[in-house]
Amino acid sequence: MNQEKLKFLKETAKDVRKKILLEIYSAQSGHPGGSLSCADVLTFLYMEVLNIDSQNPLDPFRDRFVLSKGHASSALYAILSIKNFLPQHILKDFRQCSSILQGHPDMKRTPGVDMSTGSLGQGVSAANGIALAGKIDKMDFRVYVLIGDGELQEGQVWEAAMFASHYKLDNITYIIDLNGLQIDGKTEEIMNISPIEQKFASFGFKTIEIDAHDFLEIETGLNQVKLIKKKPTVVIAKSIKGKGVSFMENNPNWHGTAPNSEQFEKAIRELEEKYV
Amino acid sequence: MSKRATREGYGDALLEIGDDKKIVVLDSDLSNSTRTCVFKKKYPLRFFNCGIAEGNMISTAAGLSSAGKVVFASSFAMFAAGRAFEQIRNSVAHPNLNVKICASHAGISVGEDGGSHQCNEDIGIMRTIPNMTIVSPSDYYEAKFLIKSSAYIDGPFYIRLGRLAVDNIFNDSYNFNLGKGILLEDGKDVTIIATGLTVFFALEARKILRQDGISAKVINIHTIKPIDKEIIIKSSEETGAVVTVEEHNIIGGLGSAVSEILCEENPILMKRIGIQDLFGISGKPTELFKIYEINADSIVKYTKILLKINLNVFNKLEDFP
Repeated sequence: MNQEKLKFLKETAKDVRKKILLEIYSAQSGHPGGSLSCADVLTFLYMEVLNIDSQNPLDPFRDRFVLSKGHASSALYAILSIKNFLPQHILKDFRQCSSILQGHPDMKRTPGVDMSTGSLGQGVSAANGIALAGKIDKMDFRVYVLIGDGELQEGQVWEAAMFASHYKLDNITYIIDLNGLQIDGKTEEIMNISPIEQKFASFGFKTIEIDAHDFLEIETGLNQVKLIKKKPTVVIAKSIKGKGVSFMENNPNWHGTAPNSEQFEKAIRELEEKYV
Repeated sequence: MSKRATREGYGDALLEIGDDKKIVVLDSDLSNSTRTCVFKKKYPLRFFNCGIAEGNMISTAAGLSSAGKVVFASSFAMFAAGRAFEQIRNSVAHPNLNVKICASHAGISVGEDGGSHQCNEDIGIMRTIPNMTIVSPSDYYEAKFLIKSSAYIDGPFYIRLGRLAVDNIFNDSYNFNLGKGILLEDGKDVTIIATGLTVFFALEARKILRQDGISAKVINIHTIKPIDKEIIIKSSEETGAVVTVEEHNIIGGLGSAVSEILCEENPILMKRIGIQDLFGISGKPTELFKIYEINADSIVKYTKILLKINLNVFNKLEDFP
């Protein structure tokens, strides 16, 4: 990756983070921690990986992205607005009655959303279903599904993992946003999900571990997945919950809390001045 | 063939529409019981066994449907409507996807497997979900026809099927529409509204009642949601008394649906025959029908009681100055 592209990706991710904060601040509701933790991965997917066109959002040949951790909807809407699937001025209406931006992703209301999600675990199975349809029709689109690490506590994720492996879905990639926190605290204390890599490996996945905030590692990881045949892949992306806003980082209290005006301004200022 | 199960109608319907490449069938390790096995045999590349993981099956169906497939997903009613309720609600019904949940082994007619497997709650559970169409066919031919119809109507369906071979009411010339109740027999004293295998019981009860001078209308409600309000209101006005019959808890099922309509539109006395808020037990279906009072004799018994109460109320009103 050349320096120019790296700079562009970093600037875009910064923009995604600012938009996440704007959405949640405007709504006084939403999930900043887990949206900020996946901002870089979403930025790379939408800017460099997904074969999609905002002029034809339902193109049957398009790549699909399923946000199974649907509570990070503000991050999805931010990147969709940057990709022109949504007008940017509606971001401030996030979670309001008049808005097409529902609290959790709604495929029937929001252009660019490939699957309605929000109930944890279900997006993983649905993403498998899309990948299976691709196999049935011998189409070469790829499916990416972003899963929270707390979400791995849902049994359905492992039912889905069995299915993806059993049917050799090599056109799907699971991405785990491994930020180590969930609403009630640390995942290792609430319900330990380790060792994640070994679990997926034993389910028949090719596993790849990356730093979720390093674009070079994201690029290497996501390039690799396309080469894997006859088995699904999982990219375990080690992230920091609340990444980019110092007082939100690694603090489970920011899982589902909106910043007040002072906190919002401080967060935006931090991103503009310090974050590179 | 004299008796056939509605689930057989499902398997045969899948064979008749299976050439359509949009159709994909999922099952969760019950393909011989649900009869999806016949589709699997003829169209193996569009059949996928999901193993014993019903929630995963339903959400997978949602994903397939979002990519343009018409998905039939099957299990027993208990595990489809019961275990996978939330997947049906959130993955399928909320986004209004084209998934047809064909749930077999509904009701106490499952028989010997007992209370854990006799799902008497599924209609109630499914009725509360927006966008959901609920179909409860009364015989093989009705099941086959309505399932074929469902494939060409967008949106989620819950289709309730039985294990037990039941008497045929219709034949291959069946041609009724989803959403429309069927007046099977006319009458003037009472309306018996039934669904599923109890429609045949209602027809038998009508014959017995006729011997006692009671003229009963029999209506088959194969589509429980959206329900045919018109035929229910009209027949209740014509007869003045309504009995509902179902192989389902009287809470939440057909009886509830009819009560809701009549309470608002034409409040009259009615009787709900069905499972009286109980769990089932193991036994032969005919014995269970007797124990739980879901058969022609019970319909006759409760119809007579209802008409007697109705008469008393009517007389009291007459006596009132």
